[in-house]
Amino acid sequence: MDTSARMQLDLTVNGERRSVAVYPMARLLDVLREDLGLPGTKEGCGEGECGACSVLMDGQLVNSCLVPAIQAQGAELVTIEGLALGGELNPLQRAFVACNGAQCGFCTPGMVLASVDLLRRCPHPSEAEIREGLAGNICRCTGYVKIVDAVQGVRP
Amino acid sequence: MRGQVPDCAVQVPATLQEALEILAREPGRWRPLAGGTDLMVPFAAGRLADTRFLSLQRLDALRGIETDAEGITFGALVTYTGLRQHPYVRQHLPNLVQSARVTGAVAIQNRGTLGGNLVNGSPAADTPPSLLAYAAQLELTGLGGTRWVPVDAFHTGYKQNAMASDELLHSIHLPRRFARHRQYLRKVGTRRAMAISKVELAAVALVEGGGVSEVRVAAASLAPFPARLYQVEAALLGQSIDARTIQSARAALLKEAKPIDDIRSTAEYRRQVAANLLEEFLNELRLEGASI
Repeated sequence: MDTSARMQLDLTVNGERRSVAVYPMARLLDVLREDLGLPGTKEGCGEGECGACSVLMDGQLVNSCLVPAIQAQGAELVTIEGLALGGELNPLQRAFVACNGAQCGFCTPGMVLASVDLLRRCPHPSEAEIREGLAGNICRCTGYVKIVDAVQGVRP
Repeated sequence: MRGQVPDCAVQVPATLQEALEILAREPGRWRPLAGGTDLMVPFAAGRLADTRFLSLQRLDALRGIETDAEGITFGALVTYTGLRQHPYVRQHLPNLVQSARVTGAVAIQNRGTLGGNLVNGSPAADTPPSLLAYAAQLELTGLGGTRWVPVDAFHTGYKQNAMASDELLHSIHLPRRFARHRQYLRKVGTRRAMAISKVELAAVALVEGGGVSEVRVAAASLAPFPARLYQVEAALLGQSIDARTIQSARAALLKEAKPIDDIRSTAEYRRQVAANLLEEFLNELRLEGASI
């Protein structure tokens, strides 16, 4: 396949089949925010250093700023918009609220997705495992202690 | 819209054969794109001249990890996460596990590839020093066939390598013979996660009959590409590990290392820290030798 100009990108986003015409080298981050109307995923550094743009792609945590659209062809994505069901926060989101794990909130979508990924791989993480699981997500407000509390304090 | 996004074309070959045919037809025109974790950074910032990409995403033949009596072979598209999870790697190749663990964090490790880390050729790349210490062999493939290149002959200059423009890196082979060796890898960066290294040192050594019978030492960020420290190895080979040997190995490293000043560190800091890492490794080796 020789792709130039726009391509048709077919994805499953938060359980819903979507199809959009995008440039193959567009960043998945921009596709989510601008083409799919899901601005919950944030852009921080745009270089894969801060984790604000973290989403789950085929069950794996990725930096959506580093994924070209074409490499998401056929993928199953979960963004922050996909966690709360029927307006009800999921247990991890409730723990972030209860533990004051969010302050300005800009890192929170990525931080929550990275925590979801960690808890799937490691349901009862130690503090060290939480810190390694969230090492790619930078928060400039909380000092991380409240975030670690939230991940440790999840009650299903 | 960032960079050259609307002007770019991407080909997504379904097979290795198809990928090699595209490269052979227009050598140098199509830039191979693996996990994108390195390439997307300069691309999105508009600092990359390339606008034609060959996305390797469908080449499942390059994703396997196979072990046999000779050793272990990684497809070039094996990710850092894939490495870290593999039982043989976890048991026998601690340097490689550690080098994957210190590369970025989870999200980078899920996408970044061992092959990409080599071909990208950053002097600060985290896995090449461990591959150099483990005497890796690289399989390069083109329409004309495949050839094997030792990893210490792969990088030829800053972001330059021995691959022809119609070739792809197919696999990375490590021999199965380090069970008795002392292994060491340490990266020093601004923080433990995410930071690109100021300096990294990897080493394997075997002490037999009181002397060093085999040793390989390699570093990142001490040269224009990840490289072995041959003079350090020469200063150690055949020697018993004592204060005098450690001193001469340190002196060899300070002479051989050619780091630069850049945004992440200074040449002088890199030289001193690399010498300290070497000394840390040799002290471990000395203690081990004393206990045998």
